Amino acid sequence: MSNHKIELTINGRQYSGDVEARTSLADFLRDDAGFTGVHLGCEHGVCGACTITVDGRAVRSCLMLAVQANGATVVTAEGLAAEDGTLHPVQQVMMEEHALQCGFCTPGVVMTLASLTGEGKQCSQAQIEGAMSGHICRCTGYQGIRRSAARLAYDAMGDSAQQGGDA
Amino acid sequence: MKPAPFDYYAPATISEACQLLSEASGGATVIAGGQTLMPLLNLRMSQPFILVDINNTAEMKGISAVDGGIRIGPATRQYEVLESELLVERLPLLVEAVRHVGHHQTRNRGTVGGSIALGEPAAELPACAVALGATIDIASVRGTRQVPASEFYLGPFMTVLEPDELVTGITFPAWPAGHLPLFSELAQRPGDFALVGVVGALALEAGKISRAGIAWMAMGPTPLKATAAEQLLLGKSLAEIDPQAVAEAAVAETAPFDDKRTSAEYRRTVGARLLARALRELTAQGEAA
Ligand code: FES
Repeated sequence: MSNHKIELTINGRQYSGDVEARTSLADFLRDDAGFTGVHLGCEHGVCGACTITVDGRAVRSCLMLAVQANGATVVTAEGLAAEDGTLHPVQQVMMEEHALQCGFCTPGVVMTLASLTGEGKQCSQAQIEGAMSGHICRCTGYQGIRRSAARLAYDAMGDSAQQGGDA
Repeated sequence: MKPAPFDYYAPATISEACQLLSEASGGATVIAGGQTLMPLLNLRMSQPFILVDINNTAEMKGISAVDGGIRIGPATRQYEVLESELLVERLPLLVEAVRHVGHHQTRNRGTVGGSIALGEPAAELPACAVALGATIDIASVRGTRQVPASEFYLGPFMTVLEPDELVTGITFPAWPAGHLPLFSELAQRPGDFALVGVVGALALEAGKISRAGIAWMAMGPTPLKATAAEQLLLGKSLAEIDPQAVAEAAVAETAPFDDKRTSAEYRRTVGARLLARALRELTAQGEAA
């Protein structure tokens, strides 16, 4: 059983830790770094609740070891809003579209949407909707999530969001 | 913390990785993207003593044109296939297939080699490797060997890999420019494994099919090459193809199974339809051209 020193950036701040090899990134983020916005639903890659971004890409944090994130830049849902509490555009749109009910799947959904629609990114509605297949919402509140996705795609690409592209 | 304890190594080179696998005498497991292995570790269905992570092994990454084809490093992430202009142009089947592998979030981490080495009979990439005639490069401290994809798979999740061996590359032979990819699968939801599916490529020379590679997903214990169907296609123009006859010949060679997802009978019926339909679409393209 090996232990490893890791250093990584989480939501803009440096963190270091001493982790057992078998510690998942999700557990490290929640238990060691305190980012409990990382929600664990299934812990085997099915539900998408634990989605975060690692070096800008949406991944499931339950399917990665903490030691594998050594040197990486991680963002969790806590890292999206501005210091003064101003919501990230994805959070704002999801609030307006009533895209959450119980809120359990929400941090994961927010992170996928934020990774696809960040500054300077172009993403068609089909691409965004395709990516949403990686999230399960047990409240079945999919229509609000889809409306948010459509609006975010539109904001990124205008009318051309309707055209083409695959997941 | 769910997995059983293990030691973790992230070797920088293939030879170090092979050394670790050899010393572990069967107790080590290789982790690439981890999108299948992590659930197995979390469920303790896999309990290795040693985990060999190939994500820091530079030689294991990248998509490159090589003599006679294209080599993909096993630790290349699936999303990189989607973004590879080389593959879009030269092996469009792989790009189409990867769109059906898991979800956006798992493709960001999952690797080509992971899917190839796992040997799930319903998976897209092993079937593509078989259809396109890929070769699997394998290394161990004992040396290296190349195995054709069609001989790599022995059964569900079983391959010719010995415990001390590592997949170090997947080499796809060149296919002529403008060849036609064929991809058709039925899954319950996007991202699920195929209930049944068929992949392939057809190359034309002077209007006749000069090369055909077709393989089934979930129609047997391994990805299955549809040799009889390929024979029926060779030498024909697209207009001369009899999709129904080809599909029936192809299904006759399969050995589908009943499982919790669906029945063998369903796989035969739907498999034939999928292949016939895909061929009809290609014929229609041929007429339009
Ligand atoms: S908790 Fe990671 S996908 Fe469900």
